[in-house]
Amino acid sequence: MKAFASSLLGLIALVMLTGARDPILVPEVSQHEVDLQQGFTGTELLLFGAILTPEGSRAAQDYDIIVVLKGPTQSIVLREKQKVAGIWINVASTELRSAPSYYAIASTKPIADIVDDKTAAIYELGLKWLQLSPIGAIDPEEQARFSSGLVDLNRRNGLYREEEGGVKVSEQVLYQARIGLPSRVPTGIYTAETYAVSKGRVVASASSQVEVRKLGIERAIANFSENYGFVYGLMAVFVSVAMGWLAGRLFALI
Amino acid sequence: MDVYLPIANLSVNGLIIVGLGALTGLLSGMFGVGGGFLTTPLMIFYGIPPTVAAASAASQVTGASVSGVFAHTRRGGVDYQMGSVMVAGGIIGTGLGAVLFNLLEKLGQIDTVINILYVVLLGSIGGLMAKESIQSIRAERSGVPLPARKRRHHPMVASLPMRWRFYRSGLYISPLAPLLLGIGTGILTMLMGIGGGFVLVPAMLYILGMSANVVVGTSLFQILFVTMATTMMHALTTHAVDIVLAALLLLGSVSGAQVGAQFAQKASPVKLRLLLAVIVLLVAGRMALGLGYRPDEIYTVAPL
Repeated sequence: MKAFASSLLGLIALVMLTGARDPILVPEVSQHEVDLQQGFTGTELLLFGAILTPEGSRAAQDYDIIVVLKGPTQSIVLREKQKVAGIWINVASTELRSAPSYYAIASTKPIADIVDDKTAAIYELGLKWLQLSPIGAIDPEEQARFSSGLVDLNRRNGLYREEEGGVKVSEQVLYQARIGLPSRVPTGIYTAETYAVSKGRVVASASSQVEVRKLGIERAIANFSENYGFVYGLMAVFVSVAMGWLAGRLFALI
Repeated sequence: MDVYLPIANLSVNGLIIVGLGALTGLLSGMFGVGGGFLTTPLMIFYGIPPTVAAASAASQVTGASVSGVFAHTRRGGVDYQMGSVMVAGGIIGTGLGAVLFNLLEKLGQIDTVINILYVVLLGSIGGLMAKESIQSIRAERSGVPLPARKRRHHPMVASLPMRWRFYRSGLYISPLAPLLLGIGTGILTMLMGIGGGFVLVPAMLYILGMSANVVVGTSLFQILFVTMATTMMHALTTHAVDIVLAALLLLGSVSGAQVGAQFAQKASPVKLRLLLAVIVLLVAGRMALGLGYRPDEIYTVAPL
């Protein structure tokens, strides 16, 4: 929140210095913490906010709004199967240093109608423009094939989303977008970026954060498994032997 | 009933997992196999990450074999000497399996190797079982009994040095043979998340030549301890044992196993074997489809 306040102040200062009439955005997220625990089957975040003039009144101008929710980036190996001697095996692979674990974008209109390709690439607006930072030299054609493979895979998993027309602006001041999180959403700090675009130029941006975390018993189990493998293993063995034995006993009574 | 799995990192329908456990428990009760060969692939089809599926299936097999071991112990159907040698081999095998697992994962070929193992093992054993049971059903119908198979061990087993007497199995053979068998199944357990019962039982009968009344009990004894070792090994190396997932599977499988055991007493053993063979072949066929025709996913992601 503090970071947000200072960035907002910075933005205001910048606007004052340059004297531009660019709007300011006041973003908010329906919940700043998403708790992964029993009963969590995925959720929907409401990303909303206001578009104001630097003086704080209604912008009274039509801006296009783009909202991007991005999960922590990961270093991954992406492998590709090809048919070799009649069977499908992993043949090619590429290492990507900054693949977002989650990425969702929503906008008032299709991205291509709002900004040109260059701007979209700079701000990473759209799955096509994700900067995945491959390690080592790799030819662009192969790179494109791998990125579209990753995007397609994660789209079907519900981890990458594109919702053109998903942002609604009411009375030229209030914008809102609903973004879904599937149950397999990875943990970490997510950033929600909002961009206001006018005539193909990004005139304002603001960000806020969402933390996705495991809570309670789920967090305890995950930590325990990671840090105390031996005891955790013993526990799993004990549970399985006890349940097998108990069932044998119970059924013997029937 | 939605259940969030803390290690697999996703939420599943708990009833489906319990049902899956019950199905494999039913098989294990009916046929005396662990049922891991069915649980692991079905969980993967359901969307659970393969490593988590294999790691958690092992504990389900532990649970399913506990009551079986007790039952066979009561009627003296366990050769502890033979079983201990095989358990020792099995524990060495899980260690080797863990090393192999890591290596194959680094090479990115773990899923292909698991698939090939499934197709080859399940295909050949399922085929053999189907052939045998069809032959015995035919023999039953025509009234001409099949010539009784002579119980004796494989010539390769006889050539191994250092012989021990295994009284309950009625054998005088080198302990190296069951040790190697144990190592082999230990590796399979670690890689495939199976108990290995359907490999062990025929191997004990036809390679070691053990007397039939201790085969199932001894194999269950070995499976019990080796799956425990596998769970420990996964907990220490891959950290992929999901205790919530395992508990759900166990809930289904331990009760399914009891129902299956009662059902097995009424049904004809030959027909049961044919049914098991068909199920085994179906799983092998599904795996072969992914390997030869089209995999479920072309692209896979692994952390760097």
